[in-house]
Amino acid sequence: MKIGRFDLIPILLVVAVTAGAAGLIGSASTWVTLTVAGLAMGLLIFIMASGLTLVFGLMDVMNFAHGLFIAVGAYVAASVMKAFGGTLGALAPAILGAMLVAGVLGLFFERIIIRPVYGQHLKQILITTGGMIVAEQLIHVLWGPDLLPLPRPEALRGAFLFGDIVLERYRITAVALGLLVFVGLVLVLNRTRLGLLIRAGVENKEMVEAMGYRIGLLFVGVFVAGSALAGLGGALWGMYQEAVTVAIGAQMMVLIFIVIIIGGLGSVTGCFVGALLVGLVANYVGYLSPKVALGSNILIMVLVLLWRPQGLYPVGKA
Amino acid sequence: MIATLLSGDLPRSRVLAFLLAGIFVSLAAAPFLFPGTRSLDVAARICVFILLVASYDLLLGYTGIVSFAHTMFFGIGGYGIGIAIARLDATWTAVAAGTAAALALSLVLSFVVGLFSLRVKAIFFAMITLAVASFFAILASQLSHITGGEDGITFRVPELLRTRVNAYYVVFGASLVLFLALLRVVNSPFGRVLLAIRENDFRAEALGYRTVVYRTLANCLGAAVATLAGALYALWLRYTGPNTTLDFSIMIDILLMVVIGGMGTLYGAVLGATLFVVAQNYLQDAMKAVSSAAQGLPLLPDLFHPDRWLLWLGILFILSVYYFPTGIVGYLRRR
Amino acid sequence: MFPVLELKGVNTHIGRYHILQGVDFSVPKNQLTMLLGRNGAGKTTCLRTIMGLWRASAGQILFEGRDLGKQPTRAIANLGIGYVPESMGIFAGLTVRENLVLAARSGPLDEARLDWIFRYFEALKRFWDLPAGNLSGGQKQMLAIARAIIEPRKLVLVDEPTKGLAPAIIQNLVEAFAELKKTDTTILMVEQNFHAARALGDSVAVMDSGRIVHAGSMKDLAADEALQNRLLGLSLEAHQ
Repeated sequence: MKIGRFDLIPILLVVAVTAGAAGLIGSASTWVTLTVAGLAMGLLIFIMASGLTLVFGLMDVMNFAHGLFIAVGAYVAASVMKAFGGTLGALAPAILGAMLVAGVLGLFFERIIIRPVYGQHLKQILITTGGMIVAEQLIHVLWGPDLLPLPRPEALRGAFLFGDIVLERYRITAVALGLLVFVGLVLVLNRTRLGLLIRAGVENKEMVEAMGYRIGLLFVGVFVAGSALAGLGGALWGMYQEAVTVAIGAQMMVLIFIVIIIGGLGSVTGCFVGALLVGLVANYVGYLSPKVALGSNILIMVLVLLWRPQGLYPVGKA
Repeated sequence: MIATLLSGDLPRSRVLAFLLAGIFVSLAAAPFLFPGTRSLDVAARICVFILLVASYDLLLGYTGIVSFAHTMFFGIGGYGIGIAIARLDATWTAVAAGTAAALALSLVLSFVVGLFSLRVKAIFFAMITLAVASFFAILASQLSHITGGEDGITFRVPELLRTRVNAYYVVFGASLVLFLALLRVVNSPFGRVLLAIRENDFRAEALGYRTVVYRTLANCLGAAVATLAGALYALWLRYTGPNTTLDFSIMIDILLMVVIGGMGTLYGAVLGATLFVVAQNYLQDAMKAVSSAAQGLPLLPDLFHPDRWLLWLGILFILSVYYFPTGIVGYLRRR
Repeated sequence: MFPVLELKGVNTHIGRYHILQGVDFSVPKNQLTMLLGRNGAGKTTCLRTIMGLWRASAGQILFEGRDLGKQPTRAIANLGIGYVPESMGIFAGLTVRENLVLAARSGPLDEARLDWIFRYFEALKRFWDLPAGNLSGGQKQMLAIARAIIEPRKLVLVDEPTKGLAPAIIQNLVEAFAELKKTDTTILMVEQNFHAARALGDSVAVMDSGRIVHAGSMKDLAADEALQNRLLGLSLEAHQ
């Protein structure tokens, strides 16, 4: 079912899941709470995953160390929040700091670790895994092995109460920020020349180069942007969990892989819908049947792949 | 005679031959050369990991498949033994039954996984194996009434294995035999076809080799040996649990060992595993010395903190991928 | 008139294969030069080497008298060379408009040129805001050509534009190119369709096994059937 050229079926799938869950859960207030939690989690995952899927779509590079940008973002945010006393005013510098450091790290990573192995998938997988190992250890060196608390700013704690419905302030903020990022990405991709270049490059890098554009610069730019987004996601996720450990990156990687595979490698819209699906299902199933919860997302991935092997929104490659 | 034993795959380097011989002798005579429970434990781990890493090399080095699900088969072997003994008591029948069941499960899974690997791109496959492995780990920790959950299963072993030295020689012997068997496989026509497929699967297909069949067989064989390695490990530790077999860090360790040692050589597994396990156990003491010596200086004590030994191995790993893609073995052979 | 493009002793290796084995020819200014030859002669390799997509292992490529050297594709494109590859290279997910916007590097689309393009490729106007993937084969080819000429170019390389197209569309393309020739554009075209080649070519170069085996005016080649047979063999009759 399409509107113009936009395929609505995956969106309908998400709606169906939320509706179905309502039936299974019964209580409206619980359903609302879970749905908001699911959306928040999903959108945070989207922020973290969007960079990775674009990088893969454009550069054919799978960065297994992507989790490291998430972790760094979380740690930097924790340090900045602590330095500024954990107030709402500290939020902006914490987030910006996280994005900046993650972005710079991304630049370094692309130049030193990834560039030498363009096109060699085996080496890429190995090298980025190695990079992740080293980086995790370096995080230990710089921040110590213990859990770092990352409390939410005072203004974002607590919740709104509507009768039985509990809506955590932070979750609402996360949803808002996530939507902002999505809308921003969609606008850039569809309304700017840069976005045009990226979309064209995902389809056919060679032709973009033959039209006179520096594809190499585009790569670096997208990689750095993706890393910065991961850093943002990490900072926000750390605040969601209210604690930061080195494992934060690795933990998310499996979920992120599932999301981008479900969404279609290279598709931002796919990543968005996939992330919503994963976030919602994780929360619904977590409530309905905690034992199954952890494995439920992998089951979803298998089901989606059986239906659409290239993901919900496959990206056509030249 | 040595040539036949090694199936014609000679070290081809004096230094390498010397190292391999040294490792062999040390492992063969470990209870006598290195008395003490800790050293024997290290030696047994080395044997198990040599086998595990060699089975992974079959996939990565010889067939060119990157899979993150190898620990799953390792775990299946361990749990096979653990569950069988927990149910049937500490007899050799239980061991046999557990091993057989584990092998069966592994073969089925690796068959499915192998077929799947052919339909998708390498990167996609790697990501999926990551998801599958984590799913399996979750399964193992959730089905606690069967698997003992997070705590795993502690069990007794058959009479013979209750003496440390006996148990060690069972582990050593089995590892040796299986390793030599792997050597035989990769040096057979089958092994050569695998290498051809790794180099250029289109050409291999065009030459008439059904790459599907070969890849699947390689997958199954690698999984089977990993399962057996898992069974041996469980018998040695008298314990099996998610932390000793299914943890992703073990998968990382395997990768480190195979790449640093040398992919596609099998001997790389020997060197890599030995280097790694020794470092894991003894490097930390050396690092502690450096760390305390550097007290007061910025960063250095933290960089050399014994817990950071993985950092240095990780750096070594990255350098290996860039500069020594054939690992230590490849480097020694080229000199 | 000095040639816009000159190839001197160009050799190109792809892996182990020695495709171009010493190519020498020149492309005169404001003319349409046809590059003909059997399948596998190296014509596409020639164009790709000029564009820098494949590196010449030996020889020189002189554009407006200056050696292109080892410049990257992007730089070569920015010297004013447009490229229409065999596979057309259009971006299916982008609209027709977006494809052209991307091709117009220096800024907004030139209205006058657009009008010209719409006159000969009217389908592009119809599909203006729809994804280029919806276009038929012939329409995609039109878009690919439009992209290459949306801004003035000093040289346009075109690789088999008529390949796989219906005769009516081919006729359409031939008319468009004929018009294009009237503006000051230098074109180097690879073709297998001798009818189209004869209609459009001013100069011609024939390749065989990685070398130029004949170069001269199209008029002379068109008049000499024996020569056509010798150089092109079956390909001439088969592609009428």
